[in-house]
Amino acid sequence: MSEKKYAIQDIQNIAASELLERVRKLKEDGYRFSQACAMNREYGQDLLYSFDKDHILLNLKVKVNEGEEVESITGEYWPAFIYENEMHDLFGIKFLHNALDYNGNFFVTAEPTPWNPKK
Amino acid sequence: MGKRTIIPFGPQHPVLPEPVHLDLVIEDEKVVEAIPSIGFIHRGLEKLVEKKEYPEMVYVIERICGICSFGHGWGYCAAAEGAMGVEIPDRAEFLRTIWHELSRVHSHLLWLGLLADGFGFESLFNHCWRVRETILDIFEETTGGRVIFSVCKVGGVRKDIDADTLKKIADTLENIKADIKSLTDVFLDDVSVKNRLVGVGYLSKQDAIDLCTVGPMARASGINQDLRFNGHGKYLEVGFTPCIEEQGDCYARCKVRIREIFESIGIIQRCIEAIPEGAIDVPVKGKFTGEFITRMEQPRGEAVYYAKAFDPGKETNYLERMRVRTPTNMNIPAMVKTLQGCDLADVPMLVLTIDPCISCTER
Repeated sequence: MSEKKYAIQDIQNIAASELLERVRKLKEDGYRFSQACAMNREYGQDLLYSFDKDHILLNLKVKVNEGEEVESITGEYWPAFIYENEMHDLFGIKFLHNALDYNGNFFVTAEPTPWNPKK
Repeated sequence: MGKRTIIPFGPQHPVLPEPVHLDLVIEDEKVVEAIPSIGFIHRGLEKLVEKKEYPEMVYVIERICGICSFGHGWGYCAAAEGAMGVEIPDRAEFLRTIWHELSRVHSHLLWLGLLADGFGFESLFNHCWRVRETILDIFEETTGGRVIFSVCKVGGVRKDIDADTLKKIADTLENIKADIKSLTDVFLDDVSVKNRLVGVGYLSKQDAIDLCTVGPMARASGINQDLRFNGHGKYLEVGFTPCIEEQGDCYARCKVRIREIFESIGIIQRCIEAIPEGAIDVPVKGKFTGEFITRMEQPRGEAVYYAKAFDPGKETNYLERMRVRTPTNMNIPAMVKTLQGCDLADVPMLVLTIDPCISCTER
């Protein structure tokens, strides 16, 4: 394998309904949760979840339609609460069963969901 | 069981350089739960990709942090270069590695000073920051800046360092090693310092794995995780040894950072010996295209950089999305975990030994 592990770009598109099952499998396989973020799309948002194993990233890109609720992954990776609260506060994405839900008080913002004003 | 009381800790507190708030639920003198709150300084820097063309965005990204600004600039440029398929010259990779490792030395010396200040050893704090000035002087001489350098750009670096200056840097670092050792010996050997650090804030290897910790926090709990192995820069070419400790306490976290200072000096000196002559940048023109996610090993640990262009056919000079996930994000859960069950008097040590950078975290 190339020494340039960072050059490996493994970004897999999945549906929101598949997320939890895929994350459970990744945890079983010894992956470390690395980050999650959201980006606006015409239909709603894409969520990007990244997982690390042996210094190589595996990324799951999840298509979320406007208003669609997403299962929290905090049951598998508790530290994900930070990212889910961030995505909730900035984009207005709702996560179900978040283990540590700040109910919109994680980031102090001048207006609600500033990165998704149509909410 | 004593009566439960909630003590607010921060956002303004003598040991906190930046604002984070903790609700400490205590019974007698023991912390039984800690609930963190951040969000006091969210700046929305990622959102600025909508207003800054991609070559200019590096100036914004550098300003995420005043300590590891160079590494953030490098991470952004690496993501942009990856997305656009740009290969930078060898000399630029060496120069980036040198500046980045200098940043690590400066960051760890700064942190050691803050730690000394945290346990009330003011003269040790002053000496750590005195030695750190030497590194800032090198920054000033080679980049013109002491905090924000603006030498990294998409396609390479903006400034070269001549051979005489490189030799001077190698000699300077060799000369301050003894000074640093005399300081760090106090952290590692002084009885009163060890009383504050040994056995305090224990994080087991399994907890560190479960809580996804990164950087010195993970390495102090026995996890061999260092993103300098992922191929960026010249680390694999010049070689380095990751600094791993097994004890998982505040002392181990301190020791990892101290060992990393000397390891970084070695990396810089080997880079200076091996750096080739040649160009320091390649021209990068046209619209921003593609999508790339990459990571850098910052002084505090893994930082993630994601750059995405607008969809094919709609590309512009702007990114559609820029994401930076800084190391402190990943270490806050571990900090919460280690706070549970600690003495109230140890809270400052625990908070400091994750080396929190809240401005980074909130961006």
